[in-house]
Amino acid sequence: MATETAVDVVMPQMGVSVSEGTITKWLKSVGEEISADEPLLEISTDKVDTEVPSPATGTLQEILSQEGETVAVGTKIAVISPEGAPAAEAADVPEPATAQAAAESEDASGAEGETATAEPAQEAEPGPAETAEARPSPQPPPAGDGRGDKAFVSPVVGRIAAEHSVDVTQVEGTGRGGRVTKKDILAFIDSGGAKETPAPAQEPAPPEAPAKPAERAPEPATVQAATPAAPQAGETVEPMTPMRKGIAEHMRRSLDTAAHVTTTFEVDMARVVAAREKLKREFQEKHGVKLTYLPLIARATIDTIGDWPWMNAEVRGDSIVVKQYVNLGIAVALEGGKGLIVPVIKSTEGLNLLGLTRAIIAIADRARSKKLLPDDVQGGTFTITNPGGFGAIHGTPIISQPQVAILDVEALVKRPVVVTDDDGNDSIAIRPMMNLCLSYDHRLVDGAYAAQFMRDLRERLQTWDESAY
Amino acid sequence: MAVKTYLQAISDGLRQEMQRDKRVYVIGEDIGVYGGAFKVTQGFQEEFGAWRVIDAPLSETAIVGSCTGAAIMGLRPVAEMQFADFISCAWDQLVTVAAKQRYRAGTAVPIVVRLPSGGGFSGGPFHSQNPESSFAHIPGLKIVCPATPADAKGLLVSAIEDPNPVLYFEHKHLYRRIKDEVPDERYTVPLGKARVHREGDDVTVVTWGAMVYTADEAAKQLESDLSVEIVDLRSLSPWDKEAVLTSVEKTSRALVLHEDTRTGGFGAEIVATIMEESFESLDAPVKRVAAPDTPVPFSPPLEKKFIPQVEDVLAGLRDLAEY
Repeated sequence: MATETAVDVVMPQMGVSVSEGTITKWLKSVGEEISADEPLLEISTDKVDTEVPSPATGTLQEILSQEGETVAVGTKIAVISPEGAPAAEAADVPEPATAQAAAESEDASGAEGETATAEPAQEAEPGPAETAEARPSPQPPPAGDGRGDKAFVSPVVGRIAAEHSVDVTQVEGTGRGGRVTKKDILAFIDSGGAKETPAPAQEPAPPEAPAKPAERAPEPATVQAATPAAPQAGETVEPMTPMRKGIAEHMRRSLDTAAHVTTTFEVDMARVVAAREKLKREFQEKHGVKLTYLPLIARATIDTIGDWPWMNAEVRGDSIVVKQYVNLGIAVALEGGKGLIVPVIKSTEGLNLLGLTRAIIAIADRARSKKLLPDDVQGGTFTITNPGGFGAIHGTPIISQPQVAILDVEALVKRPVVVTDDDGNDSIAIRPMMNLCLSYDHRLVDGAYAAQFMRDLRERLQTWDESAY
Repeated sequence: MAVKTYLQAISDGLRQEMQRDKRVYVIGEDIGVYGGAFKVTQGFQEEFGAWRVIDAPLSETAIVGSCTGAAIMGLRPVAEMQFADFISCAWDQLVTVAAKQRYRAGTAVPIVVRLPSGGGFSGGPFHSQNPESSFAHIPGLKIVCPATPADAKGLLVSAIEDPNPVLYFEHKHLYRRIKDEVPDERYTVPLGKARVHREGDDVTVVTWGAMVYTADEAAKQLESDLSVEIVDLRSLSPWDKEAVLTSVEKTSRALVLHEDTRTGGFGAEIVATIMEESFESLDAPVKRVAAPDTPVPFSPPLEKKFIPQVEDVLAGLRDLAEY
């Protein structure tokens, strides 16, 4: 809560389903001056990494949550004293950090603006506007706050816990502030609290795993269950970032959920190459955007989905839910192998080639500069991944749940190909070829259906009709 | 076996060594005709003659310097500082000459310097100190601090036998207060070996000299709640690391207690060693109870505040137990 002069910075509500965030880096230190909207810190949620802009101009007076700490949405994490601000002005300033962050994403606002009307009722959880009210009132301290003393593990307790594979947080502490003493842990082991033989699969999660909010979908135990083995000589160990944990959990869950099948089609891209050559200059000169192959392929894919609606669907319990809109996910690799993120362009069926190109560029930029909001990565209905840029020619991508298909765009390579002319004569020609690999969920999509979808997509690309876009 | 005071045990041990070994002689201020400030050498001059029981001038430098020379020439001198505090006057002879001689020339310097030390009787800043840590820092010196009559005799014999300069700290507060059985025959207590004064499982107290009894009283008062193990170091240089670490590895909690002032006291060395070598056995920070960093006050209430009391040890033990 803002006092008369100070402005509180709270952990922003980064999306309707996000209840906590980890502070990865403070970009300012105490005593430094900061302007409103200037990036103040970086946070990491299980959905995205992002910057949080300052809610006010002034001096960073106090940092209340340190780097590495995970705190609930609404928790006060810093205090900014506004520069010579009268009380009234200060009281007005502390808007939720999310409001600024959302405003920053205006380059994608066209797509998002349409979303509101295009989204079906089943998505009608509290909308983005909800974020504004999440902040102002001071939250009670998160439940974890009072555990500071208990969380300290003395050297001997740590050693005994490691030797007996005991999760210290499971032991009742009788020491100061509830700290677990050596006697406590020995009594716990004596009473059979610990498994005598190390049985990693049965051990509770390591204590540093952040507590997941209850609202999250149940997770398979496999990801976090194992007690990490002590590092051996020649190994380095670092904790997983929340994003890495999120990816690990999601990938595993997808394989446990969908019946993955991958099919590959060869596409002659000659017409697409020609079309791009022609449009590239026009897009650059007229609109200032760089045209790659991806928007062309995405555009053809979206159109083909219109004829094969089950590619844009979801298995929900015993029901098949077909989406009337195509929210297209674009997989974006972050630099340095730091992770993968799949921002979603909403309602792409309403975008022409130029609009789609702009949307892809904008959202990829925001992904790489950590400006995505968690809602930017939700609600996808079909995903395109693009490892071809690195030279890959075949892949078996994992579907992003709860979607049922993902298209893998491989490298464009020149190959000798047998071509047949109108008179039926065969010859060998050098053609720009590309493999498209589609992983689909065989629970819903059968092989023939998927192959026909791919056949039509190939046909669209091979007979690219500029006038259609 | 007879019950003897701490002082009597020292006196008898010294006499026994002088009787059996003619190389052993004693020198100090007023130790001959007067029998010493604390009467440790009462009757010695009558028994052994003025040449082996020498009244020295008021010069600790001369006492320690002459002992060093005599030792190099083959004798076994036992010097008495009237009070341990005065050894600072002999610093140069002891630290620069005696402690280095073996290293520089390969010659043994088998001297013993007896040091009546400690407070508790309003002796004030010049007659109450425990300067053992200053000398524990000097390679080439050995240091013993007996707490019991039997150890007082056995360690004195070992000190006389040892080929190095040995500082023998005898606590004045124990002289006539502590009585226990002491074997009549000659025996030695090895240098560098600690003694478990009291066995326990919950907390280790490491201490020496008069503080052994302070710790013991505190342990008795806590007996029903807390099982305290008391390790009496007996020697500070060399000190019995193994005994301390073995005990700490058992209890996982340790309190180091000494009558000397806190900063740079020998307790710091013990705490650091526990931390370095038994870190993974610790369940609580190692605690020190020691005198504050001031001279020893004359005033009885102030001196009582200065020297660690049973209540101070109790508070420290309770704090450790609750951690």
